[in-house]
This record gives sequence, C-alpha cells and structure tokens, in this order.
Amino acid sequence: MPDLMPAEPPVLRVDDLTVRFRRRNMDVAAVNGVSFALARGETLTILGESGSGKSVSLKALMGLLPDYATIAGSVLLDDRSVLDLSPAELAKLRGGAIAMIFQEPMAALDPVYTIGEQIAETIIQHEGTSHAKAMHRALDLLDHVKIPSASRRLKNFPHELSGGMRQRAMIALALACSPSVLLADEPTTALDVTVQIQILLLLRQLQQELGMAIVFVTHDVGAAAEISDRIAVMYAGRFVETATVREIMRSPRHPYTQGLLASTVHGGLRGRVLETIPGAPPNLAHLPPGCAFAPRCRHAGDLCTRSDVPVTASPTGAMVRCVRAVPVPISEVSA
Amino acid sequence: MLIFAARRIFQAIPILFGVSLVVFGLVHIVPGNPIDLLMPPEASPAVIAQMKKAFGFDQPLYMQYLLWLGRALRGDFGLSVFNAAPVWGQLVTALGNTFVLAILAAVLGFSLGTVLGVSGAMFHGRWPDKLFSAIATTGVSLPHYWCAIVLVLMCAVLHDWLPAQGMGDDSLPLYDRLQFLILPVVTLSLIPMGVIGRLVRATVLEIFGQEFVGALTAKGLTRWPVIRHVCKNAAPPVLALMGLQFGYLLGGSILVETVFNWPGSGNLLNLAIFRRDIPVLQATILVLASFFVVLNLLVDIAQAAIDPRIRR
Repeated sequence: MPDLMPAEPPVLRVDDLTVRFRRRNMDVAAVNGVSFALARGETLTILGESGSGKSVSLKALMGLLPDYATIAGSVLLDDRSVLDLSPAELAKLRGGAIAMIFQEPMAALDPVYTIGEQIAETIIQHEGTSHAKAMHRALDLLDHVKIPSASRRLKNFPHELSGGMRQRAMIALALACSPSVLLADEPTTALDVTVQIQILLLLRQLQQELGMAIVFVTHDVGAAAEISDRIAVMYAGRFVETATVREIMRSPRHPYTQGLLASTVHGGLRGRVLETIPGAPPNLAHLPPGCAFAPRCRHAGDLCTRSDVPVTASPTGAMVRCVRAVPVPISEVSA
Repeated sequence: MLIFAARRIFQAIPILFGVSLVVFGLVHIVPGNPIDLLMPPEASPAVIAQMKKAFGFDQPLYMQYLLWLGRALRGDFGLSVFNAAPVWGQLVTALGNTFVLAILAAVLGFSLGTVLGVSGAMFHGRWPDKLFSAIATTGVSLPHYWCAIVLVLMCAVLHDWLPAQGMGDDSLPLYDRLQFLILPVVTLSLIPMGVIGRLVRATVLEIFGQEFVGALTAKGLTRWPVIRHVCKNAAPPVLALMGLQFGYLLGGSILVETVFNWPGSGNLLNLAIFRRDIPVLQATILVLASFFVVLNLLVDIAQAAIDPRIRR
C-alpha cells in the first residue's frame, strides 16, 4: 500500500481500482490501479486534466459506469465491497451512504420536476417516508445549504434558479440521506469565480457538521488548495503523486505536479510568462510503456520509458511515482 | 399557468376566424357553380335566379361570408344543396361516426407506438430495437387505403372473419357492431403507431443521453422511477405530434372511410365534393379545421402543464 493511510479507520477504501472500456477493437485503459483510503471528515482531491480518468474513477466508485466497462480492484465503503453488490443493493447505496454532486447542476437536475420534488423523491426512495414529511425535510435541507426564501425555492424548477443556487440545491439533494461519502465531480467548474468560493466554503462547513468524507475531483489547482486535506494528482489513469495539500503546494515532487502548479495563474506570477506543459495527454487506448508522462517531461531519460516506474513513499504517507524521486529525509518531514 | 392558458385561448380566436375565411374562400375559388350543376340544362334563367336567391348565392361574396359566418356561429349551417336537409344534422351524425373510429384508432396507435418507441430505445442497437423500428417504418410507409383493401381481402373475402364494410345497423347486438369497427380501426392506427413510435424512440434516446438521467441513478432511483422521469421529459414533443395525428384521423380518413364505406365525416366530405354541395362542404371543413385548432390549443396547454419552460 503505497498510499496515504489516515489515522482513523477509513470509511472509504479503494485498492488497485482499474477501469477499462472495451468496445469493438478499442481497449481504453481509463483507470490503471488507483488506491486510496479516506476517513470521515477528510477531503481528498483528485487533481488532473480532462481525460485523466478522474470522473471515471468517481463513477466506478458508485457503480455508474456503462455495461461495457470492466472494473477490477476493490472498493470498500464501510467495509462493504461496492463492486460486488447486486443492482438493488447498489441502488440503496447510491444517494444513501454515498452521494454525488455534478459539474453542471442545470444538466444534472431534471428540468420538469421542482427542486422540492427532486429532493423529496430521493428521501422517499431511501426511507419510504410520506410525501409531506419528505417535502418538509427538503425544506430543511434547502435552509441548511443557505438558499434564501427556501419555501419558495422548493416550488421552483431548476431553470428558475441561478447557477450557484442550483448547485446549492444539488448539494442539498446529495445530502438528503446523510451520506458518509460525498463524491464531487468538478462541482465548481461551471460557476462564476465568486460563486465558486461560496460553494467551496459551504462544502467545507457541511463536511465539518456532518462528518462526511469528500472525494473532490477538479482540474482547478486553486479549488483543490482551498478544499483539500490531501491531493492526489492523476495522470493517464494513475495517481502520480499524493501528499497533503501543504506538501503539494510547497514542494511538488513529480514533474507533472510541478508543471500543473507552474501553469496556474495566481498573483505571484505578475510580470512573468506563464509556463505550460508541452504536448497533450496520451491516448488511453495506446499508453506508452513506463511513465505515461515521459513524452511531455523535460527531465525524461532512458529509464523513464522502461517498464514500471518505481513508487517512492514517505513516512507521512506521501507518494510519488517518478524515477527521479528520492525518499524524503526524516528531518525534512518533521520540519 | 392559468395566464398562459388564457392567453393561448385568446390567441386561438383570430386563428379560428382566419380558418373560416380560408374555408369559405377555397370553396368559392373552385370552378363550377353549384346551381348550374343542380339545375337541368333546360332550366329557365328565372328559375335559376330564384334558386340562387333561395340559397343566398345572389349576394356579393363578402355578404355571403358574413351571413354564413353569422349563422354558423349560431350552429346553423343552412340546408344541403343536394337534398335540402339541414347540414348540421348530417354533420353531427357523420362526425360522431368518425369520432368513434378516430378515438379507437388513436388509442390503439398511440399506445402501440409508445410501447414500440420506449422499448426500442431501451434495447437501443440490439435486435428488438431493429425489429420495432422496422414495424414502425412499415406502419408509416404503407398507404393506408392499400392496407385497407388487403385487410378486407384477407379477413372478409378469403376468410369470413370480419364484415368487409359499413358499420352495421342499430338492431345488431353490440358485440356484432363492434366487429365492424375492427378493420377500419386497425387500418387507421397504422400511421399514428409508426409516426409516434419513431418520435418516441428518438426522444427517449435523446433524453437517456442527458446527464440528469445518470444523476437520477446516482441518487438511488431504480429503473422504473428513472423511466417515469424520462417519459415526463419526452411527453411534450410526443403530445404535440399526437395532437396533429388525432387531427388527421378526424379529417384525413376520407380514403379509409371510402374503402370501408363508413358513414363518417370523410365520406360526407367526399360526397359533398362530388355533389358540389357547398353548404355541407363548408360546414364540414370548418368544423374539422376548428377541431384541429382546438386540439392544438389543448396540446399547447398540456405541454405547458408538463414542462414549465414552455410557459412564457
């Protein structure tokens, strides 16, 4: 287990998750051995470019992938193996113990049902309460995610709300049955910058109140820095570096992480030319041998394109997948 | 919602006036004077003039229109030029007969089409989908007068299963009279079935591709609740097409009613054309066209009730 081990017993534990899409003569290796463990109240951010396998990993955790996806590895949620559940058990789990929020709340909410109906429906499905009770809970939930004049909003349709309001409603919906794990698939990407920070703060606060574990997927380094306890940097279906948010931000060790941070716009960069990572992510149907990042890496040498890349783990639980990485000396860890 | 409905109803009034104008105009553009046709060639000009006066054909056209419209609004469509019987009575009987056919054909065609379309979409790309699509395409492609003849040949001529034509008379028991309905209803339901089936399939597939369907699964809904959501989203366009199709069934079944000798509005229209029976022709077209307008009005309101984004 090269990955981070939290002190508490984990609520979600993923081991060597792999997802392949086989269709006709295509064989796409979307996720190639992802492992992590997450305790209550913790936030893990999966940071990566589009097509790196972030969203596919999330969907695999919930059993939301299409039939032609082959999933291997293990996903333990509260000691239950998610990948072995029957469809009925899986349906009970989804929206119950594990819930998800989406990038585009406008697209993820049903346009012809009111917000209240959509939340109440989830509650009725999972708990079999009466419609009136479920609507009452929905009202409380909308209040909880700080939607103003919630009783009016309850009767609104998704298109009658603003973007930020819709995402709040989506969060209320996800929290309807007090999940222990919340999966957030780029929930701030489609929002205005000012609204983004409100949603991040809201998620933080709700997490503290409810003690959920959050898996947050984004390509936005700023959002990741804001919300995470730990960050896992994903490239071509693999975690290439995992560490606490401080370690990643202060001393990124993988060249890809360094590239991501260097290509992010922030105030300190004023007057300097923004760096970019040359090239494009590899085609997941034809992954190169060795390190998938090697073709774009400025430090790449012969060693990188040879078979497996060594994984270097440090005592703090940080991990980096690069031939250049050296174990972090103990003195540096304690400092 | 109420405001939307009221506005739509209000908007329908000028449309109905337009319809009446077109109906009246079209009938009078057609060459041939009904009186000339009715009177024997040797009739004296005085008699012809008298006839014209009796039927109001001596007035200028706009006066004829206003008089006709004024009476039509009171439900008085005058007398048939052919048999001098009140038009209204003939029309009500014929429309009643057509309604029976149209409603049964619509129920059969729309439900079959919906089932075909939804199951086709659920088995997308696999053999049931291809089979259902083939059935739907066949339904749309076959000319229904041809189907009618083939069905009569199969079920009434070669085998003595069902009556070939007519609607039976009132003395027959209900069960026997129902048998007269089967062939025309089946024939008429083919096109609605095909058209609705194809639209339902396409609409449901499009909605299945939308993100919220995945989100519904993600919140723990099982198969049937998800399908309920999909159906509600698919309903507005399908309802619109159903409204049109039902309108066609009411007005466009001339050929089928002729083949089966069904005494409905199509048959009445057909006879009225041949007899140059202008009052009957005008009344029938006006009533059918008004049904069409009212039907679309109802569909509009139903659509808005289902999909709030339509209420503007």
